[in-house]
Amino acid sequence: MVNTKHKFMHYTEKLKNVSVLGAAGKMGSGILLLTAQELLHQKLQHENKNQQFVLNAIDVSHNALDGLLKYVRAQAQKFAEKKIVQIRKMYADQKQLHENADFIQKYVEDVVDIIKPTTRIEAAYDSNLILEAVSENPDLKNKIFRQISSNNNNNPWFFTNTSSIPIHEIDTNANLNGRLMGVHFYNPPAVQKLVELIKSEQTLPELAEFATQYVKNLKKIIVPSADVAGFIGNGHYMRDTINGIDLAIKLNLKIPLPQAIATVDTITRDYLVRPMGIFQLADYVGIDVVQYIMKVMHDRGIDDNLQSDLLDKLVESGIKGGQNSDGSQKDGFFRYEKGRPVAVINPETMQYANLNTLSSKVDTYLGEKPEGAVKWKSLLKATDKEDQLRNWFNTLKNDSSKGSELAMEYLQKSKNAALQLVKDGVAANEEDVNTVLMTGFFHAYGPANDFMN
Amino acid sequence: MTTLRKKIYMTAGHNTVSLGPGRKEFHPKKPRPGIEHYLKEAGEGTIKKLGGAEKIDESVVGNFMAPRYNKQGHLGAFAPMISPALQYKPGLSVEAACASGGMSLMTGIKSILAETADTVLSLGVEVQNSVKAVYGADILAGAGWFQERKDGHAHFFPGQFSDRAGAYFKKFGREKTRKAYARWYKNAIENARLCETAQEYHNTHTDPESLALNTEPNPRAFTDHLTVFDSSKVSDGASAIAIMSEEGLKKHNISLNQAVQIVGYGHAVEDLTQKPGELTKLNTMQNAVKKAMKMAGITKNDLGTVEIHDCFTSAAIIGIEAIGLAPHGKGTDFVLDGHTARDGKIPFNTTGGLIGWGHPTGATGVHMAVTIWEQLTGNAGDAQINIDPKRPYGMSVNMGGDDKTVMVIIYKNAAS
Repeated sequence: MVNTKHKFMHYTEKLKNVSVLGAAGKMGSGILLLTAQELLHQKLQHENKNQQFVLNAIDVSHNALDGLLKYVRAQAQKFAEKKIVQIRKMYADQKQLHENADFIQKYVEDVVDIIKPTTRIEAAYDSNLILEAVSENPDLKNKIFRQISSNNNNNPWFFTNTSSIPIHEIDTNANLNGRLMGVHFYNPPAVQKLVELIKSEQTLPELAEFATQYVKNLKKIIVPSADVAGFIGNGHYMRDTINGIDLAIKLNLKIPLPQAIATVDTITRDYLVRPMGIFQLADYVGIDVVQYIMKVMHDRGIDDNLQSDLLDKLVESGIKGGQNSDGSQKDGFFRYEKGRPVAVINPETMQYANLNTLSSKVDTYLGEKPEGAVKWKSLLKATDKEDQLRNWFNTLKNDSSKGSELAMEYLQKSKNAALQLVKDGVAANEEDVNTVLMTGFFHAYGPANDFMN
Repeated sequence: MTTLRKKIYMTAGHNTVSLGPGRKEFHPKKPRPGIEHYLKEAGEGTIKKLGGAEKIDESVVGNFMAPRYNKQGHLGAFAPMISPALQYKPGLSVEAACASGGMSLMTGIKSILAETADTVLSLGVEVQNSVKAVYGADILAGAGWFQERKDGHAHFFPGQFSDRAGAYFKKFGREKTRKAYARWYKNAIENARLCETAQEYHNTHTDPESLALNTEPNPRAFTDHLTVFDSSKVSDGASAIAIMSEEGLKKHNISLNQAVQIVGYGHAVEDLTQKPGELTKLNTMQNAVKKAMKMAGITKNDLGTVEIHDCFTSAAIIGIEAIGLAPHGKGTDFVLDGHTARDGKIPFNTTGGLIGWGHPTGATGVHMAVTIWEQLTGNAGDAQINIDPKRPYGMSVNMGGDDKTVMVIIYKNAAS
């Protein structure tokens, strides 16, 4: 009993002064929101009454921090509206609150109150816990960690949201002596259920324990990954992307490249029943990010195939995808209108070709799509998801159209990538890989399946 | 007063659509008509059936919470917007929580009895989709005592009627009670499918009874003992009906068989600051029903159809007992034996009731009267039931809050 209580107190102590680095970014803002809520939930515990909790939201410019609290406020409100039954219980002892609207407003104010936005990294010098979500650049991460570590007398713990760089590498380079843990959220952190936890050989056991508790309190699904560049998520996603690029290049022997890209995107979205095609996903993630993560993995000898001239060429030409500050999608493999792809790039000329005019060619090339296609969105809610998928892939298997044939090949390659991760010891088992794809990438099924049998 | 000193009639009922989740045309993020639209549509429907508004002497609007849902008060003065013929005539609005519609009817009845009017246009309206349900719960909680809001459930009234369900489960068995709730839901949906203004008109679920039965209550998201299928939904809608004296009928050339005669009413309130005594009973309802039956000089065996205030399935079952159709604890059997179904002994809520047709709170009482009028005069279209000539009476039971105001009216075809 004493032991448990001690641990619990330790957990709360660590949360009393926290900093998020890169707090205004796509990942940072979500991590900030979730952490602010966790701090508040701790603060509302009876034994923590009147204790102060501070969450520094650190980013490079006021410009970037502008709008951050607005986002937090909107998200906290959504949360409180949805969880009103629990929110009322949390504030049961506050006599001035009567209506749901009172409770929701109070909750939102309290979440926002905890956050102290600043452009000064010095704020992190007083923190016990630092959550890093800056861009995926080892040099930058090392520099920041070193700077904070050498100026902070609390012997703080660090979480990094890196999606590819090995934790032991950062730990060693920044001289953190095991005070670093990989806590990899998925985009957007407020929505995606998955968090990959990566412990390096150095990582302090009490830090690993703390991180597990923290992620559990956020009600996320934890999948542990070995400390291997790319971890499970990118370990699969990057190989899957290379498969898509390779297929487009192969199809380009017979059809023009823009059509080949559109064709592969259609197969990976509609035939494989995914939320987005593989090239649209690259645009969403950011082509430069994909290119960079591949390089991180390639440089560390993870897989020789993880390199693409096509990606290099696009990034060199300034075609990078990603999002504008208002959340709208930037041009990448596709050009977007209202979030939907309307034109596809010709990498030879960097001009976009209208998808409307191309789509009939794509359809002709793929051949008639078999009847009974299942839709990704309806699958998510279906109670007989497994049966529907089995039927669909069975139909594809017995269909001789080009589209069906290519889809089944892709399905097999995606499975191979999953099995490779288990074989290499990155994932403990196939189930973990499936969980990552389903809860981090919103897939309706995991890649380690037997749908092709 | 135990007998009516004057003959009172109702005719020319009209309902707008009950708009909200479930209707195909409903989209939470798209703009929707406001309260004035519903008042106008319902009022115009009735006026058209009367052949004009010139001979309407006054109007009354029943509404619960437009000042909060729509930031709109002073509803009585909307009447001339419905028809210029109502300009400078008396118009008022009345409120009694979810019995506001019933209060609108009662107010009209009293004007006829007082001989200050021969024709009253009675309306009821509520537009609730203006706020999210989580805030709507705050507004509806105004039907309870505000001092109890703090300790109440986030979804205040679902919480109250969940407590009643829990008490009933404990006393009479959960399994059978939940079966009766599921059957009630099924009847509500099937009746609503026959009425094109009903909120559940577009419901196509193949087995609503199993759906309701197999959905377990989730206390973290809703209540301890009730699910969303036990609950009426959030609705926008209005209803209207004309209340008349004999002279009113003559002035409008309405034949008796197209009107219903009001043969009794009962209106009762209970102390809002007191908690309900026995959770498995609706004492105010029982009281109001007794009064109405006494005034009408009938017994439960004379009832051919009933519109009951099924804001929740749990209210419907104990309501059946409050009416006296089943002994305490046997309301469940009454439903499971099929007596309340549209082909049963006493069809209940023949256009879906609050769960099936919808529950635009302030409109509900008037909607009940419209449905009874339709059924007793052969105007119910696809939803028409057979009325046994031996049991020619219809009854509406409109409740405000947790059994705090109840308005009961008993009707018969005016020609019978």
